[in-house]
Amino acid sequence: MVDVQHYLVVSAALFSLGVIGVMFRRNLIVILMSLELMLNAVNLSFVAFSRYLGSIEGQIFVLFVMVVAAAEVAVGLAIAVAIFRQKGTINVNEINIMKW
Amino acid sequence: MIQVPEVFLEGILPAIILSVAGIVTMVVGLFIRKGAATVGGIISAAAVLLAFYANAPLRALDKPAFASLISLDGYTWFFNILILIALGMTILTSLRYLADEGMDLYEYFVLLLFAGAGMMFMVSGNHLLTIFIGLETLSISVYVLTGVLSRSPRSSEAALKYLILGAFSSGLFLYGAALLYGASGSLGLPGLAKYFQSGSFTMMGGVGMGLLLVGFAFKVAAVPFHMWTPDVYEGAPSPITGFMSVGVKAVAFAAFARVFFESLNALQVNWTNILWVLAVLTMILGNLAALVQDNIKRMLAYSSIAHAGYILVGMIAGTAAGISGILYYLLAYTFTNLGAFGIVTLVGRKGEANVYLDDYRGLGKAHPALALAMSIFLFSLAGIPPTAGFVGKFTIFSAAIKSGYIWLVIIGVLTSAASVFYYFRVVMKMYMESPDVEPDGIRFSPSMSMALVISVVIVLYIGIFPTTYLNLASESVKTLF
Repeated sequence: MVDVQHYLVVSAALFSLGVIGVMFRRNLIVILMSLELMLNAVNLSFVAFSRYLGSIEGQIFVLFVMVVAAAEVAVGLAIAVAIFRQKGTINVNEINIMKW
Repeated sequence: MIQVPEVFLEGILPAIILSVAGIVTMVVGLFIRKGAATVGGIISAAAVLLAFYANAPLRALDKPAFASLISLDGYTWFFNILILIALGMTILTSLRYLADEGMDLYEYFVLLLFAGAGMMFMVSGNHLLTIFIGLETLSISVYVLTGVLSRSPRSSEAALKYLILGAFSSGLFLYGAALLYGASGSLGLPGLAKYFQSGSFTMMGGVGMGLLLVGFAFKVAAVPFHMWTPDVYEGAPSPITGFMSVGVKAVAFAAFARVFFESLNALQVNWTNILWVLAVLTMILGNLAALVQDNIKRMLAYSSIAHAGYILVGMIAGTAAGISGILYYLLAYTFTNLGAFGIVTLVGRKGEANVYLDDYRGLGKAHPALALAMSIFLFSLAGIPPTAGFVGKFTIFSAAIKSGYIWLVIIGVLTSAASVFYYFRVVMKMYMESPDVEPDGIRFSPSMSMALVISVVIVLYIGIFPTTYLNLASESVKTLF
């Protein structure tokens, strides 16, 4: 029997993987993918809760999250292209003109 | 049969006007070869004025609309005004900036208008979904505006950092919302309030609240979630930096206060302790880091972090007096900081070549009026009477004392005394020192001068006669308590 806890554990694991990816990966594209992973982990918990509580609100929220995630990644990739044109790299360690 | 909720378009008319004006600008801009930016600026300025007019009836309302997704009350009214002021002033300061940079971009104003519409939905949000959508509409527009100087590596870098950390914090916010949903079975603020008032409190609800708090702390740039602020403020075009530092911060605080006082009030003991630590760290680190900056945009970025700390003190006070203090403070801060960034834009000249503190040497002699205006803004940021910044700090700190947070106020006053040092350094440079080489002249423009004059007059006026505005603020928070 798979109940709501199982989904939540998977969702928490995916979310943590996303957080770790954003923090420790150096390639911009991989960072954007990790951000998507975080948002989709949240979607999984929303759907699981929605099913468990028998309320539709959570599933509606998921649709909006998907739209926002798509918009965000479009802007993110556009910025990645702009940076690649300027510097010839998308390694975030080398994108460091400004600090302290 | 699904019931169709009541449609109340008058309530969201200001946001509709801004969105429609954005779409109109987008279409009209396509057909104009030259001067599209000017046309865009004029359309957006007209839209802002119209939205002011459409916003007036909200003041007397106090009702949820669209199936309780948004709530229309004095609080929404007040923040809509702040948003429109920030938008209007940014439009005025941007026109010359765009011309100087040789960018004929009508998209700039389209994005500003869409950001404004998103902000309005965020402050009126009575449901975590509306707040999230408003937040993202505003954030995505501002990410693009940050990176709008496509030839400047700083601008692109700032946009990248803002996007990654902004999306990261939205992820945390969403996960918090999901956990709260799981715990309480509702995403609307009234539903959450009912759940927590009944005394039920689970681990899941607590973690959800914590994640929500971290998400908001990122948006208002409270230490230790402030890392993006200095870089983004430095790299973004100066008028946009001004817009971010007042508009985005004000609406983030508006939604923060609404969510936490309306739905999580029963847990106040828990979250005030967390906010106490955040506020102390924010005030100390913001002010100390500002002391050592030599770039004025970076210095104002750290100063805006420190101001987030003072505003958090008002939230910790937790009373109607504290929140109305926040509203007045944000009003004062809006005019002060937009004025200061207007001058940073002017002195920066073409390509933002003069953004260091040393570039302000001799300004008192070359442009006495400009130096006087800058001094008034800096005095207001430091909280020296008779400026608006003083009254703001005074109301927030006295509300905190009444709620018994003596130590917090002592730390606040001490750090704000330290802040006088770095604000005065700029004043000293303007009046006491002279530049090594005579810089180029500053080219004024009518719209820019208008923005600066309005800011100076209002900073002094609401500082000397604050009563009306303080009453206005306390009237606007009534629906929250």
